[in-house]
Amino acid sequence: MTTIIERRAIGESADRRDGPQKVTGTAAYAYEHRFTNPLYLFPVQSEVARGRVVRIDASAAEALPGVIAVLTHENAPRLADASDRELAILQASDVAFRGQYVAAAIAETLEIAREAASLVRVSYDEEPHDSQLRADRDDLYAPAVVNPGYQTDTEEGDFDRAFSSAAVKLDATYTTPMEHNNPMEPHTTVAVWEAGDLTLYESTQGPHTVAGVLAQVFGLDRDRVRIIAPYVGGGFGSKVLHANTILAVMAAQLVQGRLVKFALTRQQMFSGVGYRTPTIQRIRLGATRDGRLTATSHDVIEQTAKTKEFAEQAAVPTRTMYATQSRRTTHRLAALDVPVPSWMRAPGEAPGMFALESAMDEMAINCGLDPIEFRIRNEPAFDGATGLPYSSRNLVACLREGARRFGWAGRDARPRTSQQGRWLIGSGVAASTFPAIRLPGSMARISYAGDGRYIVEIGATDIGTGTWTSLTQIAADALATGMRDIDLRIGDTKLPEASVAGGSSGVTSWGSAIFEAARVFRDRYGNRPSEGDQAQAATPENPEANRYAMYAFGACFAQARVDADTGEVRIPRMTGVFAAGKIINPKTARSQIIGGMTMGLGMALHEESLVDGRFGHVLNHDFATYHIPANADAGQFDIAWIDEEDTHVNPMGSKGIGEIGIVGSSAAIANAVYHATGIRVRDLPITPAKLVR
Amino acid sequence: MFLAGGTNLVDLMKLDVMTPDVLVDVRRLISAQIEDLPDGGLRIGAGMTNSELAADRRIRSRYPVLSQAILAGASGQLRNVATVGGNLLQRTRCVYFYDTSTPCNKREPGTGCSALDGCNKDHAILGASRYCVATHPSDMAVAMTALDAIVRIQGPGGQREIPLTELYRLPGEEPQRDTTLEHAELITAIDLPPSRFSAHSKYRKVRERASYAFALVSVAAALRLRDGVVADARIALGGVAHRPWRAERAEDALRGRPAVEESFRAAASAELAEAVPLRDNAYKVPLAGNVMTRTLLDLAEAR
Repeated sequence: MTTIIERRAIGESADRRDGPQKVTGTAAYAYEHRFTNPLYLFPVQSEVARGRVVRIDASAAEALPGVIAVLTHENAPRLADASDRELAILQASDVAFRGQYVAAAIAETLEIAREAASLVRVSYDEEPHDSQLRADRDDLYAPAVVNPGYQTDTEEGDFDRAFSSAAVKLDATYTTPMEHNNPMEPHTTVAVWEAGDLTLYESTQGPHTVAGVLAQVFGLDRDRVRIIAPYVGGGFGSKVLHANTILAVMAAQLVQGRLVKFALTRQQMFSGVGYRTPTIQRIRLGATRDGRLTATSHDVIEQTAKTKEFAEQAAVPTRTMYATQSRRTTHRLAALDVPVPSWMRAPGEAPGMFALESAMDEMAINCGLDPIEFRIRNEPAFDGATGLPYSSRNLVACLREGARRFGWAGRDARPRTSQQGRWLIGSGVAASTFPAIRLPGSMARISYAGDGRYIVEIGATDIGTGTWTSLTQIAADALATGMRDIDLRIGDTKLPEASVAGGSSGVTSWGSAIFEAARVFRDRYGNRPSEGDQAQAATPENPEANRYAMYAFGACFAQARVDADTGEVRIPRMTGVFAAGKIINPKTARSQIIGGMTMGLGMALHEESLVDGRFGHVLNHDFATYHIPANADAGQFDIAWIDEEDTHVNPMGSKGIGEIGIVGSSAAIANAVYHATGIRVRDLPITPAKLVR
Repeated sequence: MFLAGGTNLVDLMKLDVMTPDVLVDVRRLISAQIEDLPDGGLRIGAGMTNSELAADRRIRSRYPVLSQAILAGASGQLRNVATVGGNLLQRTRCVYFYDTSTPCNKREPGTGCSALDGCNKDHAILGASRYCVATHPSDMAVAMTALDAIVRIQGPGGQREIPLTELYRLPGEEPQRDTTLEHAELITAIDLPPSRFSAHSKYRKVRERASYAFALVSVAAALRLRDGVVADARIALGGVAHRPWRAERAEDALRGRPAVEESFRAAASAELAEAVPLRDNAYKVPLAGNVMTRTLLDLAEAR
């Protein structure tokens, strides 16, 4: 890029600006702002997976003292735009999945609302449903594109011929189960509709996105919808906008002028706020005897909902990871009577790279090569997905530095050769990647407040990642001032438009807008502005994106201990080395990567949403039975960065880091479990049941 | 219904799984102390918290299996609140029992057992019926089962004592009844008989994550050895049945046998010979066999 900026704050391990509020419990999350005389909402969820509501008897609920109303499809406000069938709740009697909202009680207290909801009697005309993904279906179809707009299938060269004539081959199928995002803070809406103005305190990754959709769905002017979201307790892709928000707004519309509070229970978070589709992934690799890939294919089968399509791009990373003479990638979907799958941290890359990086481990063994050497031999000169050169690609450096830090040298490649007491010990490696994404549509405004202080406004949100701090650092350098002179304002749609906190795109999209606004501000007012001077600018388009393929890369190493008697797996240590451009704040970045790798550990060993095909909903819908890692499961994490500064991506030189931590982590663990035990588990999660003999 | 720590009952009430009309808080009615009994045993007040019991010096030295079992369960916060009586009476963690939108004979007699042909990776391999395949979730009760604990019960008609193994029942045709307690009966204390060889005991819990998870399978075992031969053994299994499973067949098979791996494996096989795995829980048979064998071997090698 043209502008060279001195980086003083960028790259500093600054403490979180919101740290004191967070640790003292004074940071107000959506449910926790001071509200006067609010009402409470509790939903009634469908107990059939497909059919029709034939009768709702709400009389007992309505008779309960303190109940204001019971919303049903018979009395709910009609939506101005019901074209998004995930959001068009209570508009008709049909039921599309088990757990769908069919009614909701509004009451003076949460307890009354919950009791009232339990008293609503719903009769259904139940129809046969289909809620389980299998590979042997005859109704799989190819979506037009896969998330967010990638080609569904690709073909380079003649895969069939190359594979059939390859000297060394692998043909293996890997599966990942349905998984749920489960941010710590439940999905929450506090809504008030007063004199035509709608205000929400919302737990969301995209305040402006929510405002735009709500305006459309409810037929309001965009500027009459305000979303306030200063602190958000995690989202992992599940907190953009789902039907729970629509339900709360409907209630607010009904009770005009009074606040309605609606936070989901943990159980309710397992239906209707998105999840990661289960995947069935067949990978075929062919190589020469010296370990050069000649044939690569990745065929993915996933589910979507009949009401709305979401196509997870699990085979997309295979298009860029390695050099190969021929390549085929495909995605096929089964449309089921289920809630709509959606984004969950690294959609595409997380399940896709579990399969590819497990396959690369197996293929290295088939070729008689060290898995790091095998990957290095297949390092590509350009991006196979676009044909473009990489703006920077330091996967090999990550693998080498990771190997050094982890102590990979001298590893005995034979499985089940290391044992301490009853613990079988093994090590594994996997590569990671995630695209460097820039979303359009963000605007930053900079105002001079006098005394050297600047107000920097952008309607971005901090979902726990450290945005309050990292954008302050970026603004300080963009304005060539100190962090203490920046008064950052985010988390409110009264502020200029900002794109969603998703796709690891926040810092690139918002930071580029702040840089651009600072440039405009300095061009206009110089270095001695007057109080009230103001400039704003949008995230510029990046012409470099047409010249370069932009991705972050990483290498993840894991040590596994597997109990020889029980198959219990413990991961005492992991090493992650990432080449993700300039790291804005190494301290908060390290936290994000540890969180991502731990989530990958959960994906490898614990997480699995169990659906009983007879009923169609997730049975283990709580943390007692849906396991995520406990503290005792997370061992030592060694995190390091390759010194990389990629100004093709953005003026900060950074790439995104929100998602790459989870990518590769599960495959590294699966590969380590194989090395420890000699048992290749291709179906996640790797539980004792799959290892005990 | 009696309420003590509430760590299970309150959850079940929130979910409408249990809907008692009346709750009687018994925390001040029952002892929260341990008393030494004249015969050398211990009497544990049912109102004692799990944390207090696990930390008691007499328990740790004379019945280590019990302390280990308690500390393997739940979390520090829960153990600080949950009582001994409540721990014994906690309900199954079967996902269908917890979900009022699915049939469950234990929750609603006559509706059917959803787990029988459903998701049953956590379910019973021993002593189940077609009416219910749920498991008892307690760790503490497994250790107490191995220790021949006696339950002291106060009812409207007076006091009675029964072995812990007779408190629990198999599901049969009435899975809604977890125990043999009659209406209005209250567990007041648990007596541990004097320790003959329970000091040489061990609890081993296998779970899907390193802490805060219910047992896939657990084993409580105590071993008395004489000249390399098993003189006596006490073995109980958790996670395999509707009640903590006293492994009497394995105990019988072990008495008089050399304390070597072959004997332990044969004893485990004897106990598991009648295991009936379901669709998703066949792994529990080799797992239980391995854990029994290893735990007994550890005890044999530690002596």
